[in-house]
Amino acid sequence: MALYSEKVMDHFRNPRNVGVIEDANGIGEVGNAKCGDIMKMYLKIEDGVVQDVKFETFGCGSAIASSSMATELIKGQPLSQVKKLTNKAVAEALDGLPDYKMHCSVLAEEAIQSALADYQRRTGNPIDDGENEKGTV
Amino acid sequence: MIYADNAATTPMSPAARETMVSLLDTCWGNASSLYLHGQRARESLENARAEVASLIGAQAREIVFTSGGSEADNQAIRSAAALGKRQGKTHIVSSAFEHHAVLHTLKALEKEGFTVTLVDVHHDGLVRPDEVAAAIRDDTCLVTIMYANNEIGTIQPIREIGAICREKGVLFHTDAVQAVGHIPVDVVEDNIDLLSASAHKFHGPKGVGFLYARRGVALTSLIAGGAQEKGKRAGTENVPAIAAMATALREAVDKMEARRAYLTRLGDRLMDGLGQIPHSALNGDREHRLPGSVNFCFEGIEGESLLLLLDDRGICASSGSACTSGSLDPSHVLLAIGRVHDVAHGSLRLTIDEDVTEADVDAIIRETADVVAYLRGFSPIWRDLMAGKKQFIL
Repeated sequence: MALYSEKVMDHFRNPRNVGVIEDANGIGEVGNAKCGDIMKMYLKIEDGVVQDVKFETFGCGSAIASSSMATELIKGQPLSQVKKLTNKAVAEALDGLPDYKMHCSVLAEEAIQSALADYQRRTGNPIDDGENEKGTV
Repeated sequence: MIYADNAATTPMSPAARETMVSLLDTCWGNASSLYLHGQRARESLENARAEVASLIGAQAREIVFTSGGSEADNQAIRSAAALGKRQGKTHIVSSAFEHHAVLHTLKALEKEGFTVTLVDVHHDGLVRPDEVAAAIRDDTCLVTIMYANNEIGTIQPIREIGAICREKGVLFHTDAVQAVGHIPVDVVEDNIDLLSASAHKFHGPKGVGFLYARRGVALTSLIAGGAQEKGKRAGTENVPAIAAMATALREAVDKMEARRAYLTRLGDRLMDGLGQIPHSALNGDREHRLPGSVNFCFEGIEGESLLLLLDDRGICASSGSACTSGSLDPSHVLLAIGRVHDVAHGSLRLTIDEDVTEADVDAIIRETADVVAYLRGFSPIWRDLMAGKKQFIL
């Protein structure tokens, strides 16, 4: 049995949305080199929707795959949905992670929430918590 | 596939396999039985003991067969500790980058009242004999220092350390799991009292190893039961595996010099090639190392992703990154030689054997350089380093 699911390996081998957004209006970086994982998320938010998202990650296979999957889950989504993104959703979308790798999905959630908080700080725009919406994220 | 993880395990040699398979058919009797079929197994067992002993300069009666290196390490240290305790000596000297079979046994002994001094292994991964001498106290019962390190391959000054221990009347154990069958080991010339070895590191089968205990050093049995191995290791002996280990060790020793010359040349080529990758560094002293054992750190990347991508390209290797160990800390060996966490996470261990060709080495260099560059391409640490926001360590 392989260490990771096919989906993890796919997102690790062919990570989606890799890179930097030069005019990002929300940037979040979490983790530290000491623990061996750093994730940096770049968001381009327009009209309350994530128009573009890119990431850079220093970390293991599941950290890279979690970053990639997280960007896919929020791309094109309204901020109210992005705000609800959990690590569980990331891990499930990857068909699961080994127990000792779950912290990678936590890091992905934290990176996105941190980028979102940065956007709020920059723009002062509150994010509708979307209580009345039906989400897909 | 290019297999470059021989320090993890080796494939069985055809000759060792033949010994094992043939004895599985013909020699399945219990070596403790009195009838001829059992006594044949006994004969194979004792022949193997004599062979193994002769290949490390020991006497047959000084060899106890075990389930492998970890058990031998446990038994050697436990035995020396028991002998020491009887004389009120409860201090042990070791090093910070021993195998966990040693370090965890020492941890357990600390809970039982022993104190342990770990000597520095320095940036070059080499223990200094004079520092071992200085660490020995009146109540020291054991010095245990590995013959060669399993992660970075550095070979320790065992003979000098052994001489110091002999002079001070302290028992000396060495975990020689990576050394036996790879470099010359002679327990008499090297002043060794206790030595651990494992068959699968020199093309023998897994699940078998041996402990050498110099005559007069009483062993404590870890497993209560029958009187096998002169009461030092209960349990019916795995004769086919033990005999295959002897075959493998004979073969390894016979071709040691030729193998050493070949692997030293390839190892040099590998180190030169990987050293060309920017912001990389060899771990451990370049000269005093096992032939074909190379360990590098690459700044700005993490080891597990490097290994997975090398695997995709047909290269089997290993790393000391946290993610390969299931903990948040990278290799204790790399930390012990002074590598900081950031850099230790980006390590690669390559341990090649004689089946690897020069073209394979060139492929390893090329693919590693390629994967490292690719991973650095989206590493936020690398970006910060390149932008001058962080200082390069390597």
